[in-house]
Amino acid sequence: MKHLITLRVNRQTYELALAANKTLLEVLREDLELSGTKHGCELGECGACTVLIDGNPFLSCLTLPIELQGKEITTVEGVAADAEPHALQTAFAELGASQCGYCTPGMMLAAKALLERNPRPNREEIKDALAGNICRCTGYLKIIEAVELAARRISEPPA
Amino acid sequence: MDQHHGGFRFVGKAWTKVDGPAKGRGETRYADDLRLPRMLYGKLLRATCPHAMIRRIDVSPALAIPGVVAAITAADLPAVRYGIMPSSQDEEALCSRKVRYVGDPVAAVAALDEETTEAACKAIAVEYEPLKPVMSIEEAVAETSVRIQEYGDGPLSNVHKNVSLEFGDLERGFAEAEHIREDLFFFQGNTHLPMEEHCAVAHYDAAGRLTLWSSTQTPHYVHRALAKALGLPESRVRVIAAPVGGAFGGKCDPFSHEVCAARLAIITGRPVKITLTREEVFLAHRGRHPALIRLKIGVRRDGSITACHFKVYLDGGAYGSYGIASTYYTGALQPITYKLPAYKFEAARFWTNKPPCGPKRGHGTPQPRFAIEAQLDKLAEDLGLDPVAIRLKNATAPFTKTVNHLRITSNGLRECIERVAAASGFTQKHKRLGPGRGVGLAASAYMCGAGLPIYWNDMPHSAVQLHVDRSGAVALHCGAIDIGQGSDSVLAGLTAEVLGIDPQEIRLVTADTDLTPVDLGSYSSRVTFMAGNAAVQAARRMRELLVNAVARHLEVRRDHLVVGDHRLYDRENPVHGISFTEAIALAETDFGVLTTVGSYWPPKLAGPYKGSGVGISPAYSFSACVAETAVDLETGVVRVERIWIAHDIGRAVNQTLTVGQVEGGVYMALGEVLMEEQVFRKGLHKIPSMLEYKSPTVLEMPPIETILVESEDPEGPFGAKEVGQGPLLPVIPAVVNAVYDATGVRFDEIPLSPDKVLAGLELKRRVASPRVGPQRAPEFAFRKPLRVDPPPRWGQPRPTAANDNDGASAALVENVHTGTVPNVQRPPSGLPLK
Repeated sequence: MKHLITLRVNRQTYELALAANKTLLEVLREDLELSGTKHGCELGECGACTVLIDGNPFLSCLTLPIELQGKEITTVEGVAADAEPHALQTAFAELGASQCGYCTPGMMLAAKALLERNPRPNREEIKDALAGNICRCTGYLKIIEAVELAARRISEPPA
Repeated sequence: MDQHHGGFRFVGKAWTKVDGPAKGRGETRYADDLRLPRMLYGKLLRATCPHAMIRRIDVSPALAIPGVVAAITAADLPAVRYGIMPSSQDEEALCSRKVRYVGDPVAAVAALDEETTEAACKAIAVEYEPLKPVMSIEEAVAETSVRIQEYGDGPLSNVHKNVSLEFGDLERGFAEAEHIREDLFFFQGNTHLPMEEHCAVAHYDAAGRLTLWSSTQTPHYVHRALAKALGLPESRVRVIAAPVGGAFGGKCDPFSHEVCAARLAIITGRPVKITLTREEVFLAHRGRHPALIRLKIGVRRDGSITACHFKVYLDGGAYGSYGIASTYYTGALQPITYKLPAYKFEAARFWTNKPPCGPKRGHGTPQPRFAIEAQLDKLAEDLGLDPVAIRLKNATAPFTKTVNHLRITSNGLRECIERVAAASGFTQKHKRLGPGRGVGLAASAYMCGAGLPIYWNDMPHSAVQLHVDRSGAVALHCGAIDIGQGSDSVLAGLTAEVLGIDPQEIRLVTADTDLTPVDLGSYSSRVTFMAGNAAVQAARRMRELLVNAVARHLEVRRDHLVVGDHRLYDRENPVHGISFTEAIALAETDFGVLTTVGSYWPPKLAGPYKGSGVGISPAYSFSACVAETAVDLETGVVRVERIWIAHDIGRAVNQTLTVGQVEGGVYMALGEVLMEEQVFRKGLHKIPSMLEYKSPTVLEMPPIETILVESEDPEGPFGAKEVGQGPLLPVIPAVVNAVYDATGVRFDEIPLSPDKVLAGLELKRRVASPRVGPQRAPEFAFRKPLRVDPPPRWGQPRPTAANDNDGASAALVENVHTGTVPNVQRPPSGLPLK
């Protein structure tokens, strides 16, 4: 049996008919064609599918859309407010924080949630925020540096 | 006209990866992001027994489920076997008669959605007749009645490969030694754990052409294997490697899901996608071989090595994969790091009922490096020598040959060791940090691309086609695939450097067997060196066409023209010039359509013996690492506090990419030495999940100080060498040596999991020289060695790099042709692997 659900994703409203057991990850990738959200395990172990729900990071593979009516969901496609990239996206690209890039969307959203609640995080706070996201390419250091660079640029925009 | 004067615009600098912006916005389309109209979902049913005969498979209950469109078994596929190595064609996409590990595929289904594929697989009835499983090296040696595979080197039932080579006079070498050690080591197997689960999407069109999009490192080899496994002509098969979400060697083989997606697409007439689950990725494996090593090294009192006898037992799993190469690779590269006047290498790869092992980052080299670097520290301690001194004493020199006939060109090993020791303050810290804290040092070397292709042929290993037109657009076509290592950026950067434009302006068409010239694949650290050289050649040929046209139209001497900064202009009068786009229009007017090509053949390097095809490479990278560790003496947890690593990159094409590869290699090594293990219980993978298979998170990563040594290789593109694999190698033994410095316990077995460390600390309370490691190696008859004389004057400096090859390097540096471009390089002949 399917349920009619209204979802807010990246500042747009969608009306969907979904089976109650369909995960947010599946709905984003399959029903809404937002394939930027990745999957590495479907068991809540790797962090690749991280999205924001009302600004907080959640694992979309363990989240059911039926619980999310009235909430604002943000995926990697919604990180930038418009055609201009977000400071995190620019910093990730500049510093080589994406190698294969598969963990990047999840990392980016975990980092965005951090910067929104703590605009000047120290290194330990950044590590803490990213500890649930596995990256097998970079060794994490460039990701930490990219978050630091983005935080600096957001807090101290060039004159 | 050469823009080298005045320095490079991109080479050697830090710049943004060409695919960086797209990856940050989630735009990159990996294989599983593809959806085609009418696409079906496929799934493999995998064996539940480690070793069994298949009595019966009935797919009819699956076909009765609504939404199931097809269900196939081996009977629906041609009865042929395939595999990556020509001499181990032992895989079936679906097992016909027998299963050899838990996870061996036996059937495949296609349905309207993924959920239905799971129900369909559950409905398929399979009857097995269990056979005795063989689960370890010891069991493989002991078991004589049960055979896992129908072929192998013997003399026992479950030996895949048995090789032995001896260079120089081993007996004399040990007789000349003033101190000899013999130790046993064990390196546990581990897996790649790429973030992206393997995926293949197949489409069979109305014209009878098959297209496969796949997350693969080797589209060219998949192309060949797919045609063979399906019984189709290669000309009707097209393989496109989608951007790969991490691989590390785990996506180098042709896989069952690729063949089955294709077969299901042919049968149903609809596109079919198969994406592996995380558990299936653990079962697909092809990762690090567990290795039991017996190592004997003799040295003089000053630390110089007189002889080395390296013996290894490899746990290969159930199929060949790259195993023949892996077996040779565990022995071939030892003499690249240290001068070994006499060297004997014995190796055997055993069949076991586990997922096949294969190439993981560093292929065959991390295990011997761990053993040798750990033993070198023991030898140094026995002799009262400094770990830095003993390594410098034995380090190989530039432009020499090794005892096993490998040609070394540029070599920054000495500088790597010296700089990493100085930066870390190693000598001041070693033995002085107090209980629970220590430093360790290690060194290593790796190749820049395998000198021979996987299947025997004399064709180029890499090729590039470059196309420009009057719009100013530059398109580069190359079979190479970016697996995250940055090959797209390397190709774009090298081409941009030659043409005086920006890397982001080059459109890349890569890894599509219909549209791009063959590149053998993203393995063996070959792409920068080989595809990079092909790109430089194609770009120089294109530049020559532009220069000729501009010189004529502007009436400027050719050798006065500078190509750079989007212009071609007169060196004597820089305002006299035209834009890059205008130059193209002139050249197109003069010569017609503007396409140039570049091809790369490695120089002929194979030595005069069977097996010499493994280990040869046009150049080698060198690395050295110092690790500083803190060991919690109560919990046994090893914390790596800081890493210093120096890497001889030749020249960094892009600083950002190079440092990124070094840091990634360090990270992967830390996982292997501290926690990662692919282990089994009663035939089952014990921990096939990302939660239980422990890998380092951001919390475990120490700061890394990277030192790039630029030795400028004479044959590398702009002097560049590899960085994708080499930096992993010294980190593992550096940590092991640091943990000895911290605890006084020798750990001759990794990973250094807390239980193992605690056992060692407990042992220390009871015995004088505590050691944790294997106690014995099984008795096994290694092959009688093939004795090979060292090359004349081995180890002595040679005047130039090119004196031992056919001159290909000179051709590469100088090749600038006009108009039609003949391929003037003479292909090398050499010895096949077998």
